[in-house]
Amino acid sequence: MLMHYLEKVGSRVINVMEGFGAVIILIGQIFYQLKHVPRGKHVLRQMASLGVDTLPIVALTMLFTGMVITLQTANEFIRYGAQSTIGGIVAIGVARELGPVLTGVVAAGRVGAAITAEISTMKVTEQIDALKVMATNPIGYLVVPRVIACMLMLPLLVICGDVIGTFGGWIISTYYANISSAMYIQSITTFTVVHDITGGLIKSVFFGAAIAVIGCYYGLNAPNGAEGVGKATTQSVVGAIIVIFISNCFMSLILYR
Amino acid sequence: MIHLKNVNKEFNGRIILHNINLNVEKGETLAIIGASGSGKSTLLRLMIGLLQPTSGEVWIKDTEISQLPEIDLDKIRLNMGMVFQYSALFDSMTVGDNVAFGLKEHTKFTSEKIQQVVQEKLKLVELEGFEAMMPNELSGGMKKRISLARAIAFEPEIVLYDEPSSGLDPIMAAKIDELIVNTQQVLGVTSVVVTHDMNSAFHIADRIAMVYDGELIAIDDVDGIKNSQDLRVREFIHGTIKPIKRRQTHVDRS
Repeated sequence: MLMHYLEKVGSRVINVMEGFGAVIILIGQIFYQLKHVPRGKHVLRQMASLGVDTLPIVALTMLFTGMVITLQTANEFIRYGAQSTIGGIVAIGVARELGPVLTGVVAAGRVGAAITAEISTMKVTEQIDALKVMATNPIGYLVVPRVIACMLMLPLLVICGDVIGTFGGWIISTYYANISSAMYIQSITTFTVVHDITGGLIKSVFFGAAIAVIGCYYGLNAPNGAEGVGKATTQSVVGAIIVIFISNCFMSLILYR
Repeated sequence: MIHLKNVNKEFNGRIILHNINLNVEKGETLAIIGASGSGKSTLLRLMIGLLQPTSGEVWIKDTEISQLPEIDLDKIRLNMGMVFQYSALFDSMTVGDNVAFGLKEHTKFTSEKIQQVVQEKLKLVELEGFEAMMPNELSGGMKKRISLARAIAFEPEIVLYDEPSSGLDPIMAAKIDELIVNTQQVLGVTSVVVTHDMNSAFHIADRIAMVYDGELIAIDDVDGIKNSQDLRVREFIHGTIKPIKRRQTHVDRS
């Protein structure tokens, strides 16, 4: 009984380590393919389909997140006479943590899932083999443009998300908490420094790379059949979200010590 | 042109191909027949380097490809084309872009020249004027023909066909057979066709090889295969199976 349990644990550990190893090999292959000039047209197409289409859901998420943070903090801050800090608190929270993390999570659901679904469908319909047969490396052709597109688009989405989130906070502070616009804006300019924003953007570049690499990894290794595509897509989204939350903690420790 | 020497292939300890020795001459059309799951498609994938043998050698012209790095394998593949069982057209591209794919990736042809080659190849498969259509707008037979046009766009010396007529009606299957013969005659390519359609094999092949349970049990010209004394070959080409011994039942009709 104990041996059976240990075997199951051991097998699970080996599977996880194999997965890590395979992702590291994929990252190595991506770097190797970067020696060729990335296809600019493909990168732009991916930026349009993966990034631009994600903007509405990022905007919606960040608008209501900014609003709800202000809603939860405004009354308490006013009670202690600290209403002049609300704008700064919202802006710093959004720029450092909520903007990059929530945009990353939304992108993992929207972009990561799309990448995995597309590549795994190509795999099960032999389109990846067709690329190989036509002497075209699937990593260079499919993976590299998506990784570059995600690394470029996520920071842009985070900038939009930061602005919209802060705007959401302004709506509540002005129309619900009756704090003047001037005080809200002054609070932002007083408390927020450039590093609050750049730190969040650095995080988002990493999140973009992680979403694309994990999405491509699960796509390229999807089991055959429609069920395999669905399973790979789910695993990709869950994997990317886990990586975003864990890496965000460590990056915050490094960037905002 | 293609030479397989003592090739074995295993998947997770299961033997798929056992000690395959096969030679395909320049300009000939070899049909590989055999039941589903006998290892025919695996054989084809070994020839183009999509799979590596567990042991043995795969030679394409003067190069042993089984241990070749991907970058060198790509140079060999530029001289080969493959028609996949389910066509494997890139569904995000138009028919024209599918056919032009290899030319855009590996040549410095002008767009006019590429367009000209695409039209020429589409004419060869009798699908002129379909450049702007998307793969999901085409029938199964049309997809196979576009897949053939894409495979020959680069004017390869070797074309591999994986079940080219499977899933098609008899008229369309015959049309595909005609195209395979026509391609061989016009371009002088060496062709390997995996099929379990005997009419097709007899019509297009110079020689026929039969794979049975992972082993190459027969290779001969069409007449040789038709007259084979090997029971396994005869059963396969005639589509018969060993008669089932029925229990004798006596009905009293009195």
